[in-house]
Amino acid sequence: MRIPKFLVGIASVAVIVAACSSGASPTPAPTEAPTAAPTAAPTAAPTEAPTAAPTEAPSPTAAPKAFKACQVSDTGGIDDKGFNANAWQGMQNAATELGIEVKFLESKAETDYERNLQQFIDENCDIIVTVGFLLGDATAKFANANPLTEFAIVDYAYDPKIQNVAGLVFQTDEAAMMAGYLAAAMSKSGKIGTFGGINIPPVTIFMNGLAAGINYYNKANGTSVELLGWDPTAADGKGDGTFTGDFSDKDKGKQVTLSFIQEGADVIVPVAGPVGLGAAAAVQENKDNGVMLIGVDTDQFVSAPEYGDVTLTSILKRIDNAVTAAIKASYDNTFMGGVYNNTLSNEGVGLAPFHDFESAVSADVKAALDDLKAKIISGEVKVSDYLSAK
Amino acid sequence: MSGQPPQGSWTGPDTTVAREAALGDERIEKPSSPTGRGRGWLRVDLRSVASSLVVPVLSVVTALIIGGFVIVLSDPDFWAMLQSDPIGAIVKGLQDVIASYQALLTGSIGSPTEMISALASGDPKEITAAFQPISETLLSATPLIFTGLAVAVGFRAGLFNIGAEGQLYIGAIFAVYVGFSFTGLPMFIHLPLAIAAGILGGAIWGFVPGILKAKTGAHEVIVTIMMNYISYQVVMLVLKTEGFQRPGRDDPISQNVLPSATLPPLIDGLRVHWGFILALVAAAVVSWLLFRSTTGFEFRAVGLNPGAARYAGMNISRTIVLAMVISGGLAGLAGTVEMLGTSGKLTPGFSPGYGFDAIAIALIGGSRPSGVVAAAILFGALRAGATPMQAATGTPIDLVVVIQALVIMFVAAPALVRAIWRIKSGRATGTEVFSKGWGA
Repeated sequence: MRIPKFLVGIASVAVIVAACSSGASPTPAPTEAPTAAPTAAPTAAPTEAPTAAPTEAPSPTAAPKAFKACQVSDTGGIDDKGFNANAWQGMQNAATELGIEVKFLESKAETDYERNLQQFIDENCDIIVTVGFLLGDATAKFANANPLTEFAIVDYAYDPKIQNVAGLVFQTDEAAMMAGYLAAAMSKSGKIGTFGGINIPPVTIFMNGLAAGINYYNKANGTSVELLGWDPTAADGKGDGTFTGDFSDKDKGKQVTLSFIQEGADVIVPVAGPVGLGAAAAVQENKDNGVMLIGVDTDQFVSAPEYGDVTLTSILKRIDNAVTAAIKASYDNTFMGGVYNNTLSNEGVGLAPFHDFESAVSADVKAALDDLKAKIISGEVKVSDYLSAK
Repeated sequence: MSGQPPQGSWTGPDTTVAREAALGDERIEKPSSPTGRGRGWLRVDLRSVASSLVVPVLSVVTALIIGGFVIVLSDPDFWAMLQSDPIGAIVKGLQDVIASYQALLTGSIGSPTEMISALASGDPKEITAAFQPISETLLSATPLIFTGLAVAVGFRAGLFNIGAEGQLYIGAIFAVYVGFSFTGLPMFIHLPLAIAAGILGGAIWGFVPGILKAKTGAHEVIVTIMMNYISYQVVMLVLKTEGFQRPGRDDPISQNVLPSATLPPLIDGLRVHWGFILALVAAAVVSWLLFRSTTGFEFRAVGLNPGAARYAGMNISRTIVLAMVISGGLAGLAGTVEMLGTSGKLTPGFSPGYGFDAIAIALIGGSRPSGVVAAAILFGALRAGATPMQAATGTPIDLVVVIQALVIMFVAAPALVRAIWRIKSGRATGTEVFSKGWGA
């Protein structure tokens, strides 16, 4: 009886195959992520014209024209609650604002990058947004091969520039320096803890800024607030510190945070994407001891409200605004290749509101932060000058 | 272990009897068929092949069917529609599934009519477009063949090599370093040198757990897992090292492999490269090694019964070390072809888990090189088809991971598949776990 029953199996396969080849009506391509709606809501209204715009966008045209913006995520996935999700938020904001079609493809492996880019070239996307340095080579290759398509890449820039690629880079250390100052001012124990996911520039730039802010505070007030987990002067000036080794293991984030708290730290700044949620949980357990958290990338009070009661502020990296601006420029035919530096002065980076801590932060500290911000914008204070504690 | 070795094969130190029995057929526990000998090592016993295919094929089919349910049930629109129009929701769900699998299929194999018309037109652009899906499938399958072979060799020798991922990374480091730093060499020297370096890197990373097991009894599962973690950190370390890191960049990214060490594409304009041919050659070599050579015989004898093998006069330590070195070298080749053929540079995390998928591939392929190649191409097709599927229907790429996991689950539980499809359990199909348990 084995063979007949096996044939039954074959027959069912045949039915499925037959069904596949018969009138299948393909569903229309979705303009939104089916499951991956990023929870990272922007703190500013999406309609607010970002000043980080590659070029000044003229008033939107009345009737939406056919335009397709496409995003290739890196291996973190579109719902990483980090830069892929933020960029996708920017794509969706552009869709709402301009009435254009937006689409994404996720990458699971390095081989997927070119495959996904090719897919979008075949689909005649008007602008292709890629995310992260891992896509740097693939984006350059496809940009050179397809000069009529425009590209924007997050956290990467080309030198020399490629005519049809906008490199969106973020001076997050400027905002992190403000956060470092705030952390130093708020800390009762005089110890701040930070750790990263992986030792890469987009991560360590936060930690450098943090260290600079603490050093600046110490110099201004004659204190000796310490930063645990990062030393910008170690490893011949490359900096070295604590890293969990990935951007996914929340338990490690919790362990590292608990050990910082053991050592006396009362402000924790995780720069590790979702790993930061583990840190947030550890901070919340020690809420009664006055331990606070500073988030990164998006306003964590909004994106992770369950930890809102311990979130002092967040260091904002407005990838969403930068992406929306690049798409707008492409839509308005004002797109130009080159490096787009997102800074405090063009609000490409910044500090989130204090929310629950609004009253806890004294007016003096707020004034000092405004003063520091103005000095960073004017160039009077540079992050690089404060990396060393001496 | 379901089958007992033929009695008499293990009665004395004279290994020739056992060896003849083993070489008469692929598996040691089956008595040799009278026609089996002397017809070459690629001889195929059709009935045995068909019966050994039943479980893997049905596993794939079952996984695809369950994957269909996942597509429908994970779609929020389906649940929204279910309230108002249940029949419409089910019909739409079915259409979604069909559209997704259609995109998966055309994205991984392509359309035969397009291929024929493209070939007929002779336009090189059309030809590359028509063959692109299959090229992508083979490209994705290439590293999986190597890592699958690596794990299969380990299985045959009774070793559970979980460290293919780490061996792959170390192989990649070696290959990419030779690939970009040795300038001025002609291709026929440079390319083989870079490949050899990759093999060496993987082999070193396989040697360590091998020697530790042979000399101290340290379990290879634990050692290889730990060595994976070390390899990730080694990658980060070298990528931060001057002379390895790309000049002018702070990102952890290596210099580019020189053209003289690059595996050229099989056809210009397509991404599948000579690494795939190398993978097929490796599969043939492993097949010969396992089933026609004395070394391979010793691997399998040690894998099945180390006590008997020792009694038969085999050197267990040497066999374990050699098996791990060969396994590591094969895994190192996976990293090598990714570096020299596909990507041209080393970045952290370039492997999406080729070394771990390999365990599943070796399992599905019954630890036979031919089976490994087939299973790797299946996984490659799933990966290659996932992009067009995602583009056409918005089905998340994660579905492919779900399907892969289901295939593995069913292959690992043949009784479950037989129960689902109501197939009577015949004789063993050769998919039992080949590795010894803990502390073996």
